[in-house]
Amino acid sequence: MGTQSQYCTFWVDGLFFGVAVSSVQEVLRYQQLTAVPSAPEAIRGLINLRGQIVTAVDLRCRLGLPARADDALPMNVIVRSRGEVVSLLVDDIGDVITVDTSPSSGLELEPAPANVPSVIQDVVNGVLALPDSILLVLDADRAADVSAVLETTTGGTP
Amino acid sequence: MGAVDDDAEIIAEFLVESHENLDQLDRDLVELEQHPGSRELLSSIFRTIHTIKGTSGFLAFNRLEALTHVGENLLSRLRDGEMEMTPPVAQSLLTMVDTVRALLESVEETGRDEAPAVDVESVVAQLKDVLEGSADAGGASVTGEPETTPPSPSPEAEVAAAPVVEAPVVELAETSAPVAETPPTAPPLDKLDDRDHEQHDDEPMKRGVVDSSVRVDVDLLDSLVQLVGELVLTRNQVLQRTESQDDVELVRAAQRLDLVASELQEGIMKTRMQPIGQVWSKMPRIVRDLAVQLGRDVDLQMEGHDTELDRSLLEALKGPLTHLVRNALDHGIEPPDVRVAAGKAAQGRLLLRSFHESGQVVVEISDDGKGIDPDTILRVAIERGVVTRDQAARMEPREVVNLIFQPGFSTATEVTNVSGRGVGMDVVRTNIERIGGTVDMQSQVGQGTTCRVRIPLTLAIIPALVIGEGEETYAIPQANLVELVRLEAEDLARSVEEVAGAPLLRLRGHLLPLVSMAEVLGRERPEAEALTVVVVQADDVRFGICVDEVHDTQEIVVKPIGRQLKAMPTYAGATIMGDGRVALILDVPGIAHSRAVAQHVAQRTSGDATQAVTGEDSTQLLVLEVGGGRRAALPLREVSRLEEFSVDRIERSGSAEAVQYRDGILPLVRLAPAIGLAETVREDDQVSVVVHETDSTLVGIVIDRVLDVVEAALVCSEVGRRTGVLGSAVIQERVTDLVDLDAVVALSGVGA
Repeated sequence: MGTQSQYCTFWVDGLFFGVAVSSVQEVLRYQQLTAVPSAPEAIRGLINLRGQIVTAVDLRCRLGLPARADDALPMNVIVRSRGEVVSLLVDDIGDVITVDTSPSSGLELEPAPANVPSVIQDVVNGVLALPDSILLVLDADRAADVSAVLETTTGGTP
Repeated sequence: MGAVDDDAEIIAEFLVESHENLDQLDRDLVELEQHPGSRELLSSIFRTIHTIKGTSGFLAFNRLEALTHVGENLLSRLRDGEMEMTPPVAQSLLTMVDTVRALLESVEETGRDEAPAVDVESVVAQLKDVLEGSADAGGASVTGEPETTPPSPSPEAEVAAAPVVEAPVVELAETSAPVAETPPTAPPLDKLDDRDHEQHDDEPMKRGVVDSSVRVDVDLLDSLVQLVGELVLTRNQVLQRTESQDDVELVRAAQRLDLVASELQEGIMKTRMQPIGQVWSKMPRIVRDLAVQLGRDVDLQMEGHDTELDRSLLEALKGPLTHLVRNALDHGIEPPDVRVAAGKAAQGRLLLRSFHESGQVVVEISDDGKGIDPDTILRVAIERGVVTRDQAARMEPREVVNLIFQPGFSTATEVTNVSGRGVGMDVVRTNIERIGGTVDMQSQVGQGTTCRVRIPLTLAIIPALVIGEGEETYAIPQANLVELVRLEAEDLARSVEEVAGAPLLRLRGHLLPLVSMAEVLGRERPEAEALTVVVVQADDVRFGICVDEVHDTQEIVVKPIGRQLKAMPTYAGATIMGDGRVALILDVPGIAHSRAVAQHVAQRTSGDATQAVTGEDSTQLLVLEVGGGRRAALPLREVSRLEEFSVDRIERSGSAEAVQYRDGILPLVRLAPAIGLAETVREDDQVSVVVHETDSTLVGIVIDRVLDVVEAALVCSEVGRRTGVLGSAVIQERVTDLVDLDAVVALSGVGA
C-alpha cells in the first residue's frame, strides 16, 4: 500500500496536475461565485457549499497563467487545507489515477525541473513522469495560501 | 433559573457541583478498595472533599464543614502515607461521603444543613476514632450510618437493609443516573426512580436542582446551532420558491416549515443562553476581598440576574467584567475617610445592572466614587503620546474619558496588584470588541463613573441590514446601524460638502464623515444625483456609508470566511442569502479604521503613529489665506484649534491685541504684517484665528481664512524667505509661504 499513491487529476491551462485524493473532499461543476472586492486577485470569490462558505482560488491566476476565456466555466476541486475547505478553480477534471511508486516501477516523485516557473515550483511537491504525461503533484495547502500580503491602509492593527 | 437571591443561586451551583463531585468520589473510593495504595486516587478524593469543605465554610454550612474537615484530615494522612488504607478506614470514608450527601440533600430541601435526622456527630466521632487508630470501632455503628439519610423514608429503608458495603454502590447508581448518561441498570434504581416521581407529584415546585438539568456537550450544542442555521437558510429558500406557486398544499406546508423552523431556532438558541447571574454570583466575593484589601467600604448591588446571553459570550465577558469591577474599586470608590471628607456617605456604592435593549445585552457597572477627571486623562494621554496636542484640543469630554481604553494608558499613580499596570483597559476593550460588543465610559468628577458594555445576544444569528452595491449584496450588522438618510437633488447639494476631498454630511448640526461603499470596495466613487447614506457607529466613531440600494433587514447566520480573507479589514464574515448566494458581512469598525474616519483610533497604536502614518517626508499642512489672497501654510501639528472671534471681543493693551479665551488671555498676532504683507481690510465682524500652543501659553494667529488641510511632501525653496517666512513651497500647484511660526509667535511678546 505504501508505494501506491492516488491522485485526483485536473488540467489548468494545459498543465496536468494531481492532488492527493486524501486531501480532496469533492469535485464540483461550476458554482455561482460571490466576488470579494479588493481581495487578492487569485481569490475569485466565495461559493456556498451546502451552507459552508468556501473561498475559491483560481489556480490560473494563482500560478500566473493567462486568464480563462470568458465563456469557459471553471470546475471546483474542493480540498481540505489547514482545517478549512478551499475550492481550487481548474479548467477540467481528469480521472483519479493510482501511481505505483515502488522501487521496481521505476517511478518516483522528482523535484520539479529547474526551468519550471518558480511560482509553479512553489506549489508542487514534485513531478511524476508518467508514461504518457507529466503529472505535477500539487501541494493543496500551499496552493490555497494566497500569499499576497494585504496592505492595511492605515497600518494600524488595533 | 429565575432565582433572584444571590445565595440561592450560589447554593444551587454548589449543589450541582457537589453532586457531581460525590459521584466521582464514590467511584474513586470503590476503586481505592481495589488499589489501596493509589496516591492519585487519594489526592483526587482529598481535593473533592476539600472543595466541598471550602464552599460549605463560605456558605456557613457548619455541620457540613465540620464533617468534611475531619474527613479531610483522615484523607490527608492517607495521602501522605501516614496511615494505611484498611477496610475499616475505607468504610468510615464511605460513611462520611454518605453523610455528606445526606447533608447536601437537606441543603437542597431546606436551604440549610441542619436536618436533625442526619447524625453528623457520631460520624465525626467515628472518623476521629479512625484517625486516632482505634479503627475497630467501625462495626455496627458504621453500618447504621446510611440509614440516617433523611428525606425519603420508605424506599430508602430497603436500601439501608441491604448489606453495608453495597449501600454506597446503590447510592452511586441513583445519583449518577439523572446527571450522567449511565443507563439505568441496577434493579433498586427503579424503586429510587419511583421515589423521585412521587416526590415530584407531591411537590412539583421542589424538583431537585440536579434532576432538572441535563449536561450537554457544548460541541453538540454548537453543531445543533449550525444545523439550525442551515435549516433557516433552507427555509428561506423554500419560502422564496413557493411564493410563486399555486399549489395550496405546498404553500401551507412551507408556512408550517417556516413556523417550525423559527421556533426550533429560537429554542436551540435558548439552550445556549445562560443568565448573567452566573458571572455575578462570583462578584460579592471578589468585591468583598478587594474592599478589605484596599480598605474600602462598598455596598454591592446587582440587578438583572436573569438577563440571558449566549454562553460563549458569557465566557468571554467574565474577564472584562471582573476587571471593570476591580477598577471601580481601585480607581473609583475612595477610602471611607476621603469619602466623608468629600461629603459623601462612608460606604461606597457599586451597582451592576444588566438588561436587554434593542436586541443587545447591556451591562452597566456604576460607582459613586471620585469619577474620572478629563484634564488628568488628557495630560497623561499627551504625556504618553496616546494623542497629540491638537487632537486633544479637539476632543469632547466624553471622548477624553474613553481614552483610558487606549493601549499603554494608566493613570494610577502607583502600581497596585489590583490594577494600574496600564494593560488592563485596552485589553478589556479588545476582548469586548472581539465578541462584537462595545464599551463606553461616562464619568462626572466627584459623582462617579458608569461603564456601559453592550454585547450582542448571540454571535451565530444576527439581525442585519442588507444593502446592494453594484451587482452584489452586503450585510451590515444591525448593532452598528444608527439610521438611514436619503438625500436627493437639492438636499444633496446643500448638505454634502467636501473638505479637502473628504465628503462630509451636515446632519442635524453635526458633520458626519461619508465613506463611499464603492471606494471601500476599491472602485471609483460614482457621481450620483441621489445618495443613500447608512449612518453607522463603530466604537466611538459615527460615519455614513453611501450605498446604491437598501434592501431590507434580515436575520442572517454569520459564517466564518477563509484565512485568505481574514486579514481584510472590510469584511467580518459572510452569510447565505435567501437565494442561496453568498453575501459578505461588512466590518464597520474595520471600515472605519481603514478609511481613516476614526483617526485618533487608528493612531492609538503608538505615540509615534502620527509619523508612521504620514510618512517621514510628508507633513500635514494647514493652508490658509492671508493678506488679501496670498497663501501661507503651517504644520497642522502646531495647530491646537481653529477659532472664530467676533471683532468686538478683541481688547487692546497698548499695541497688543488679545481676547479672553478659556478662562485666560489669548494674545493675538496678525499674520499678514508679521510676514510682511499688507493687512486685509475686512468688512465682516469675525476674525479667524489659529490657536497655537507653545510650552505653556497659547497664541492666536489672526488669518483671513482657512483654505484647506493637505498632506504634502514638503520641498521647500529659499524663494521668498524673509522675516516670519521660512521659504515657499508649491502646494496644490500654487506657491505658498511657509510660516516661520517661532518668529511669528515671538512678535506676540510671549516668546516661543
